[in-house]
Amino acid sequence: MAAVTLDEGQQRSTLQRSTQGHALWVRFSHWLLAASVLTLAVSGFIILMSHPRLYWGAVGNDLTPALFELPISRNYHHSGWTAPVTFYPGTGASAIVSQARTYDIFNQNGWARSLHFLAAWFMIAAALIYLAAGLIGGHLRRHLIPRARELSPRSLGQDILAHIRLPMPRAAGGPPYGPLQKLAYFGVVFLTLPLIVVTGLAMAPAVTAAYPVLLDLFGGSQSARTIHFFAFAALVLFLAVHVAMVLLTGFSRQMRAMILGG
Amino acid sequence: MKTNGLILSRRELIAGLASTGGLLLAGCSSNQLPPTYGNVLRMGDLLTYRAFRTLLPAQSLAREYAHREISSSPAVGNTNPGDSQQPGFNADRGLLYDRLRAGDFADWRLRVEGRVARPTSFSLADLKRMPARTQITKHTCEEGWSAIAEWTGVPLRNVLESVGIQPSARFVNYYAYDDNAEGIDMLDALHPQTILAYGMNGRDLPLAHGAPLRMRVETQLGYKSVKFLDRIVVTNEFDDLGKIGSLQNGWAWYVGI
Repeated sequence: MAAVTLDEGQQRSTLQRSTQGHALWVRFSHWLLAASVLTLAVSGFIILMSHPRLYWGAVGNDLTPALFELPISRNYHHSGWTAPVTFYPGTGASAIVSQARTYDIFNQNGWARSLHFLAAWFMIAAALIYLAAGLIGGHLRRHLIPRARELSPRSLGQDILAHIRLPMPRAAGGPPYGPLQKLAYFGVVFLTLPLIVVTGLAMAPAVTAAYPVLLDLFGGSQSARTIHFFAFAALVLFLAVHVAMVLLTGFSRQMRAMILGG
Repeated sequence: MKTNGLILSRRELIAGLASTGGLLLAGCSSNQLPPTYGNVLRMGDLLTYRAFRTLLPAQSLAREYAHREISSSPAVGNTNPGDSQQPGFNADRGLLYDRLRAGDFADWRLRVEGRVARPTSFSLADLKRMPARTQITKHTCEEGWSAIAEWTGVPLRNVLESVGIQPSARFVNYYAYDDNAEGIDMLDALHPQTILAYGMNGRDLPLAHGAPLRMRVETQLGYKSVKFLDRIVVTNEFDDLGKIGSLQNGWAWYVGI
């Protein structure tokens, strides 16, 4: 009996202990980040549509083998390549050739690329505000970085169970956060977002000229592009779970906490 | 002492912030920066351009690859200025291009003019007589693909120095035989890897890749490496190149990103 009571008590502390709401700088950087990430996701998808083939290594194009191809664009389905002209003979796929594309693709990259980089500047601004305020005020240390005991199998197991059971207990919004919540936020702030920024820079010719280490880090700019895509997919997955949790734990209270603070 | 030091560092901080703020303003010398036309996307492009020019070390060399890393190279966009079915076809210049090509480009000339001491026309033989540079570099297309090829040509810097660029020169614009033109700032124009290429993978530049001469700007995206060059114009003010330039067609002018 005593053990059960203790478990219930810990669950309560995981999902229901939030009472203090969100600080102004958290709310500001959260919505700035949310707006820029959404813009980056949409514009990034439009850029991807003009060439939805992903590669591994330094280079990749229509005349080289792809790692995989996403079925997301009609721009890419075509029949218009001239016969290959050989630069260096080789056997089969190892021949170095050139072929001319005889059709004009209708990509939207003119505005999508510029919008992508504009949103990226806003994302970096939001991240800098968040990291600076979070470091100075101790928010990152106190509320985001999981403690060793929170990562114990017992603690994680209990938190997983608490998240599976429906209906979920209402939550007030704001820290302190539960172990899984900390892991998710920590992963996005310290792993996914930095990775997505650095792999993005590893695709920029002026940046890789200045810092070629970016090419070595990911094994080439096409590898960086592929990792950039998977980091985007991870971010979209986080967003889906994040929004689901807001809906399941009391949408109006959670939204009030993130907009008005309390 | 301590207070004094604090004031100094605060002053430095304010100066630092002010210069960072300068990145965001198009203000001061507007004829020497790409215009935004009040378009928020072009404002973002301008921020990227100024941030890159401020934060990145000047004239770092793009990576050069080994011969065995050369890949197949798609040819996209216009692949023959004489073909009326191709994008950017220009009837007059297309006809002229056909004639020059029929004569193996013996009568082809590259005009270099504008803010230069001695406007000059170069034949292909003139350019090939100048010191050549061969580089194996990566072509990065805005669409998302890339290709590695070996390019041989004369550094743009040598050509510009041979005609004597004026101290007021700020931009180098270049025009092609199809309706296409681009421009770069002096930092990229004088970059050691910015070359006028007449050779690709050990042979003469093929038709589809821009015969007889194309630009190679290795620190920017592929669309700055214009094919089928006709003339080069040095300017001291920014020129958006009108209907055949990237800006009026909704594309960023600086694409080091």
